[in-house]
Amino acid sequence: MSSELVSIFVGALLINNFTLAYFLGLCPFFGVSGRLETAFRLGVANTFVMVITSLATWALNTYVLVKAPYLSLIAYILVIASTVQFVEMVIKKTLPALFRALGIYLPLITTNCAILALALFQTSRGYGLIEGLVFSVASGLGLMLALVLMAGIREEAELSDVPRLLRGTAMSFLIAGILSLAFMGFAGLFSGS
Amino acid sequence: MSDGASAGGESLRLVATLTVAGLVSGLAIVLAYRWTLPAIRAHQAAALERAVFEVLPGAERMERRVWDGSGLAGAGAGGEAGESVFAGYAADGALVGWAVPAAGAGFQDTIKLIFGLEPSGARTLGMTVLESRETPGLGDKIYKDPKFVGEFRGLAVAPEIKLIKGHGEAPNEVDAITGATISSKAVVRIVNQAAALWRPRLPAPGAEPSAAAGTAAAAPAEQVPPDVERGGPVPGGKPGGRS
Amino acid sequence: MAGPGRFRAELVKGIVAENPTFVQVLGMCPALAVTNSGLNGVVMGLATTFVLVMSSLMISALRKLIPSQVRISTYIVVIATFVTVADFTLQATMPAAHHEMAAFIALIVVNCIILGRAEAFASRNPVGLSVADALGMGTGFTLALILIGGIREVLGSGALFGFRVLGASFEPWVVMVLPPGGFLVLGALLLVFAKVAELRQRAAARAAAAQEAGR
Repeated sequence: MSSELVSIFVGALLINNFTLAYFLGLCPFFGVSGRLETAFRLGVANTFVMVITSLATWALNTYVLVKAPYLSLIAYILVIASTVQFVEMVIKKTLPALFRALGIYLPLITTNCAILALALFQTSRGYGLIEGLVFSVASGLGLMLALVLMAGIREEAELSDVPRLLRGTAMSFLIAGILSLAFMGFAGLFSGS
Repeated sequence: MSDGASAGGESLRLVATLTVAGLVSGLAIVLAYRWTLPAIRAHQAAALERAVFEVLPGAERMERRVWDGSGLAGAGAGGEAGESVFAGYAADGALVGWAVPAAGAGFQDTIKLIFGLEPSGARTLGMTVLESRETPGLGDKIYKDPKFVGEFRGLAVAPEIKLIKGHGEAPNEVDAITGATISSKAVVRIVNQAAALWRPRLPAPGAEPSAAAGTAAAAPAEQVPPDVERGGPVPGGKPGGRS
Repeated sequence: MAGPGRFRAELVKGIVAENPTFVQVLGMCPALAVTNSGLNGVVMGLATTFVLVMSSLMISALRKLIPSQVRISTYIVVIATFVTVADFTLQATMPAAHHEMAAFIALIVVNCIILGRAEAFASRNPVGLSVADALGMGTGFTLALILIGGIREVLGSGALFGFRVLGASFEPWVVMVLPPGGFLVLGALLLVFAKVAELRQRAAARAAAAQEAGR
């Protein structure tokens, strides 16, 4: 059981990184990753929302959606919207500086495809409670890893002489392409012998 | 904020809006579901049948059997969908073999496949990859290379299938695909594990009731096993999808 | 005010000038994930356009009834309903295509384009214009997906929509149909679009200057 958990963890973090292999969570990836510190904080917020979503999804699947699986999409998205709303309220009250720093990107977590994808994958792969938690923590950290790497590179790139037309989004995509290529090297890590 | 009376009225309006939206939405979804359900079921059953008949050559009818802990029960016994196999019958009612769905880790992501075992469980009758996300041009040869797939017809399972680099001569050896060693190893490992699990569970040849059972020609029970037909989480190489 | 000229203007802007993918840089996730072939790009584009148009229509029609505080949640309910309907319909009519893109069909519900247009346009404009806007954005998005998907498929497998277009001796540039290829192709296309925009701007400036000088 534990080796399976390790493989789920490493799989979601590195081998099939949500951003660099599955193309999820790209809006914040290209939007907010200009600053290392913001990227890190957004990554933490994302991970937190993902863990709660994973728990809620498991509860929904086990107790509520058994009778009506066709309502799952709408149930997941409403849970995510509520969770983000709730997290927003909590952060506003307890860490107002963080709330200001994250700004618009906090409510945008709702439309972050990575969160909904987490719920969908967890369901289609039939993960239980523990597996789901491991999966959500790993994917959240994977998102954060991609965000932080991108932010770090972009901060450095600001000091370099970038061709005019490439500046901004086009270069971010090229950087992402190279990062994705690098992460492909993790494939085969856990395929057994 | 407004005073008590209008605040109450306003909250009511918010709740009412969301409730109405939820109810209308729920109704629309249920209707759409009911309307498309027959077509979806038909597609899933057809795809499953195609896969089963491919790994059990000569089979024309199939029945789902669920492992209930001590024996193979009929599909209606309500067992866990994940622990099921499919019995394939020829036109004359004779048992052709057992189609076993299995999955495991491949090079990139999970590989889902189904393979056929003859009634005694001694040899495989065929293998089809249902879902995989292996590297195009290399790992995807596990379903694109007819030679590799063909090796699973009449392959001895005992004591286990072995992957050989180069040319294997023994009845239980499979040649690895050049440039796709890990993917080929994964397929062999998945088949070995599933075969080891199911061979002891299969009834002795002859003990299995043939065509009888009264279940009509149409496929197994309403519940199509999710692990066989469930859509893969991400776009990947669905072998049947682009032939 | 809302004459046929206005309708046409709202419709056309989403195709090039305000193209959701290349100009607004929205809806990235599906733009890269399902564009490993031209056909998948088309199916995803059409499914998204359906949801976009229907949601904009509903939200615009009901815009005066939805209280502002719950508008985002209501929009989400509307969008999710149409996505679920589209999902079932696709499953029933094109099972193979649906299977290849399964999760991403469901993810249409969080495609920023749809919520973005609902918030920015449909909630403040009459039904006719909202439908025009949605159609334009959806078409622009679909064209972008076909472009990206076509390039990736040709380079990565030598085929377009399943038909071999490059000779048998062509060695497929496999990375193009893998994740890194998606990022690189879109990056290259953004570069091209930026250059085109710059050239148009210069031409417009030259034309304006010539007109000034001519006075």
